Amino acid sequence: MSGLCNHSLELTGLAGAPDSRAHHLDPRAKIVGLLSITIVAVSAPLEFWPVYAVCLAVLGAYAAVARVRPRDVWRRVRVVLPLVLVVGALVPFVRKGGAAYDLGLLTAHAAGLEVCLAVSAKAIIGTLSAALLGMTTTFPAVLRGLEALRVPRLFVLIAAFMYRYLFVIVEEMGRMRAALVSRGYNPRNALQAGPMGRMATAMFLRTFSRGERVYHAMLARGYDGTMPQLVPLSFGRVDAGFIAAVLLVIVPLRLIEVAP
Amino acid sequence: MTCVVDARELRYRYPGHHEALCGIDLRVEHGERVALLGPNGAGKTTFMMHLNGLLLGEGELEVAGLRVGKDTLKALRASVGVVFQDPDDQLFMPTVREDVAFGPLNMGLDHSEVSKRTEQALGKVRMMHVVDRPPYQLSMGERRRVAIATVLAMEPSLLVLDEPSANLDPRARRELLEVLETIDRTMIVTTHDLPLAAELCERAVILAAGRIVADGPCHDVLADTELLMAHDLELPAGFDLGAIRRRPRERSAAIVHEHA
Repeated sequence: MSGLCNHSLELTGLAGAPDSRAHHLDPRAKIVGLLSITIVAVSAPLEFWPVYAVCLAVLGAYAAVARVRPRDVWRRVRVVLPLVLVVGALVPFVRKGGAAYDLGLLTAHAAGLEVCLAVSAKAIIGTLSAALLGMTTTFPAVLRGLEALRVPRLFVLIAAFMYRYLFVIVEEMGRMRAALVSRGYNPRNALQAGPMGRMATAMFLRTFSRGERVYHAMLARGYDGTMPQLVPLSFGRVDAGFIAAVLLVIVPLRLIEVAP
Repeated sequence: MTCVVDARELRYRYPGHHEALCGIDLRVEHGERVALLGPNGAGKTTFMMHLNGLLLGEGELEVAGLRVGKDTLKALRASVGVVFQDPDDQLFMPTVREDVAFGPLNMGLDHSEVSKRTEQALGKVRMMHVVDRPPYQLSMGERRRVAIATVLAMEPSLLVLDEPSANLDPRARRELLEVLETIDRTMIVTTHDLPLAAELCERAVILAAGRIVADGPCHDVLADTELLMAHDLELPAGFDLGAIRRRPRERSAAIVHEHA
C-alpha cells in the first residue's frame, strides 16, 4: 500500500480502549444515542445554551468511558471543524442587527455574532458526536447498525462501497499525481490546472469501469440484488439503558427550554 | 463420463465490435488443469465470462452439467468459481470474513455452514490470520489468495482463474502457486505467465483472435517455440522446461474416478 494512502486515511478506525463498555455497545444504540445529542443541540437556539453545555458534558462522559485520549479526538475533529468554523466566523460581518463593533475595515454586528456562536457550538457538538461514533465503532458495524435501523439498503450499500473503494481511489490518485509530477508538472497558477481536470475525468472513467467489474464479480458469486448479512446484531439491556440515559439527560432539558 | 466444460461453436460479438469468439470448440474433463494462453485481445477473458453466464454467446455451451442460459444462472454461479484478475474488483466487503461468506450466503446456506466454509476456504489458502481485517490492508499477494478463498467457499466444481500471477512479486507468486497446487478442483487458468502454466497445468490451449489454435499437453505446447512466437507468446530467456519436475497427479485420478 502506498505511503500516501496510509497518510491520508490514518484517521479512520477505532481509538481508545477497544474493550471499553462504549466500544461494546450495539452499534444501533450508539447511532441513536449520539445522533439524538446532535439533533437536540442543533434544534436548540443560542439563548438555551445550557443545552449545549449538557450535550458536551454527555459527550465528555462517553469519551471518558471509551478511554479516548483528547489528542485522538482533536486529530480527527481538526479535519472537519475548521471548514465549518470559517463559515461561522464570516457571519458577524454579513448579518446585520443589534450593536455594531467597528474593527477598522470590517464591522461586526451583534446579531451575526450570536449566529456565529450558535453555529460554532452546534458544529462542535455534531462533529464530536460523529468522531466519537467513529472512534468507538468499526465502519462495518456502523453499516450493519444503519441497516438494522431500516435505513434504505441502497444508501447503506453506497456507503459501504464508498468506504471500501476510497482506499483504492486514493491510491490510484496518488499514482496519477506522481506520474504528473515526475513529468515536470508543477502548477503555479489556476491557468495551469488543466491536467488536474483531465486527471479527474480519467479517475471518473476508471472508477466507472471498476464499478462494472465489481458488479460482475458480485454476480459471479450469486448476487441477486440483496446483500446477505453474516453476523446478526444483538441489542441487550445495556444498549437500551445507554439510549435511555442519554435521552433522559438531554431531551427534558431541551423540552422545558431552560434559559439561564 | 461427463465433462466440466463442453463448448461447441461458441461465438460472441461485443456490441459494435468485431467478433471476440469465432467458434470455440473445447472439452475439459473432470480433474483437468487447463492453461488458456494467448496474447492480449485473444478472447481469453471473454471466454472466461461465458463459463458462468456473465456473457451469453451463440453456439452450445455446457458447464458443470448445466446448459448455460438465463434459466440456469443461479445454479451455474454456484458451480463455477471465477477469480478475477484484479482482487480489488473481487473483494468489496468491509472485512475478509464477510467477503468470503458473501458467496455461500447468496447460495442460501445456514450460518453455521457458512462459517465452516469460510474458515475452511481461508485455511486452504493459508489466510485464516487475516479473517477480520479489511481487504485494503492486505498485500497484493494476500488479496489474490483471499480472492481465491471467496470462490473456494462456494465449493465450485470448476475454478476459473484470470491471470492469477499478474502484479505479484516472486515470493507472492511462489506462495500462490503452492496454494493452487493443493486445490483439488478442475481448473482453467488464463495467463501470460508460461512458467506458471508449465508448473500448474497438464494441458495448454492457445487462443488467438477468438479461435483455438493449439491444444495439447502443456509441455509439448510450450516446447514449440515457433508456435509460441506466432502467437506473441514466449518463455523467459534461458527457461528450461525440462527442469520443472512435475509432481505425481494422483489428485486428478481421484477426481476423475469420483465423476466417472
